[in-house]
Amino acid sequence: MDKKKRTLSDANLLLLITIVVFVVMYACAVIFLGGGFRKAQMFFNILDANAGLVITACGMSLVMITQGIDISIGGVVRLICMSCAVNLELQNGNPFTAFLIAMGIGLAFGVVQGFLVAYLEIQPFIVSLAGMYFAKGLTTIIHTNPISVTNEAFKALSKIEFILPGLGYYNKKGTYINTTIELGSVLAIIVVILMFLMLRYTKFGRNFYAVGGNKQSALMLGINVKRTKFMSHLICSLLAGFGGFVYFMHIGSAATSNANGMEMNAIASSIIGGTLLTGGVGNVIGTFFGVLSLNTIQNIVSSIGLDDAWWTGITIAAMLCLFLIIQSVVMSRTKKK
Amino acid sequence: MAKNATAKKQNPLSSLLHSQMMIPLVALALLLVFNLIMDPTFFRITLGTNSDGNPVLSGNLISALNNGSELAILAIGMTLVTAATGGQDISVGATIAISGSAMLRILCGTESSPSSLAAPIILGFLVAVLVGMLCGAFNGILVATFRIQPMIATLILYTAGRSIAAWINNNQLPIVPGKVFTYFGGFIPGCPVPTPFLIAILCIIVIALVMKFTNLSLYIQSVGINENAAKLNGLKPAFIKILSFVILGVCVAVAALIKCSRTSTINYSVVAQNIEMDAILAVALGGNSLGGGKFNIWASIVAAYVIQLLTTTLYKFKVSSDALPAYKAVVVILLIVFSSPVVKEKLSQISKSRKAAAKEVG
Repeated sequence: MDKKKRTLSDANLLLLITIVVFVVMYACAVIFLGGGFRKAQMFFNILDANAGLVITACGMSLVMITQGIDISIGGVVRLICMSCAVNLELQNGNPFTAFLIAMGIGLAFGVVQGFLVAYLEIQPFIVSLAGMYFAKGLTTIIHTNPISVTNEAFKALSKIEFILPGLGYYNKKGTYINTTIELGSVLAIIVVILMFLMLRYTKFGRNFYAVGGNKQSALMLGINVKRTKFMSHLICSLLAGFGGFVYFMHIGSAATSNANGMEMNAIASSIIGGTLLTGGVGNVIGTFFGVLSLNTIQNIVSSIGLDDAWWTGITIAAMLCLFLIIQSVVMSRTKKK
Repeated sequence: MAKNATAKKQNPLSSLLHSQMMIPLVALALLLVFNLIMDPTFFRITLGTNSDGNPVLSGNLISALNNGSELAILAIGMTLVTAATGGQDISVGATIAISGSAMLRILCGTESSPSSLAAPIILGFLVAVLVGMLCGAFNGILVATFRIQPMIATLILYTAGRSIAAWINNNQLPIVPGKVFTYFGGFIPGCPVPTPFLIAILCIIVIALVMKFTNLSLYIQSVGINENAAKLNGLKPAFIKILSFVILGVCVAVAALIKCSRTSTINYSVVAQNIEMDAILAVALGGNSLGGGKFNIWASIVAAYVIQLLTTTLYKFKVSSDALPAYKAVVVILLIVFSSPVVKEKLSQISKSRKAAAKEVG
């Protein structure tokens, strides 16, 4: 009991650091850079552009909490974009069939990878590595040329926007411009909240922490370790399917270079959000802020005027480095106590 | 130990069956047999001359040995890192870009296509080795001192690596002048064997000598199996871990030399892309536990060439390079499923019960 309390407080501390850093960073951007950052729309633009990443990163956090890893999600998202685009454009599909395809692909990857990891006890890294290769290769087998979606129903769906009252601003001509948020972002926020509630308040969700923290004691507590591991991979791939569809809705086209490096962004976001790869510690709220921090810093870098492409990579890496060292210091301090 | 030795004497076949080399060797045999059945001309090796009039060997097997060399060299370092830390370095592709760019910066100076070398090749290579070792040391310190999981620690250089490479050469793609530089990735005049393969052999000999005459292998194994026990026995786990990353850094620099030499330039955004995944795959296919501990470098090296042979075979069957990963993945999954402990146990149970049944009948 005592130990559980302590790990929870560790997790809370890491979460707190993430949120504080994000708020401070955003506040600095508003104060010193002004411009776009003063408008609430900027924040929601960042959210809109990364709604898919938020959803997939939630799945990644779940797998990382259970001591696994899933590097196939970038490939899965790419495969989903291409399959949905082919369905919508070449097979006269509608948004609903495209959505079913997305979830079907997620389900298929989840079942196979989960089975290999949980029941055949193969290392998750290798399984999902093969999954990534398979998904990326399959994408080019399905279609090699970029497809831009023109399906009316789908376009209507992806253009659904919600007006946020009270957050708009007056432009130079004096007309009021509403601050809007895309359907994808709303879905992403719903997923984050559902995942948070599931992990915190249900027995099913707490099992993930128990298995990730200590497999042996979880087994002795009567938790079905194999099934829990299987479920973590299944949910991660399903979320990759859902996130892939949201991502596809946002970009509205498919190419064989889509979602490049998404898995690494998801892992980085999870880490910045306080999820440990050693398992047992993590929080999807942190992951949400992790995604936002990662993309806010990209925006800051480009608005400072460091336009050269290399600065983005270097700053993200520096930020990751900083967070990792903070985590490492925090964890070693709490261990000493 | 003595018990093992007697067991080996009793049944050499069964000891081979249970040895780690089994998985890559079986994979190699399967691939070769498959090619033999499908198209025996796969094995044809011809001695021709290249555009400079030098004798060169060509053929599918030669091209697999040639192109798989970078992977084999990286597999050496990756095996050591995996064994010592129980994690993998995913930054090798990016560090190849960094050390390659540093080498070109030395060789070409600030010009993008100079008419003569700004510095001797050996100096450029030494700088690349130094840069590779620095990157390795950076990863190693994060892993050993700050106790960050290797995959996550190396994620930093994975993200930043190609950006740093772009910054080193100011976004330019300098072209190295002169024929001599192309020898490392091509052929040395008068020698029909591709140089990358010779370099790989050289690396293998060096690491074999190191294994033979130092305790490195033992130290790395003991740190990987139980860090605390190694510490109590007077080893410095942190130092061993950093050392393994530094060795990988040297391997990276050698691979970078070959990669740059193949094209006389470096395209930092795509050079050695996904090679880290292949290198980790080589370690896993070699039967090494990705959780650290016991390791077998030779199995990893064989596995690296198996991966390349698989690629060559697939190209032979007109699989496009984009679709290649899908087929690779299927083969990898099959191999891994059959070598997974659970399946192995089930298979041995089946064979045991069959033997028992046969005895009863007999």
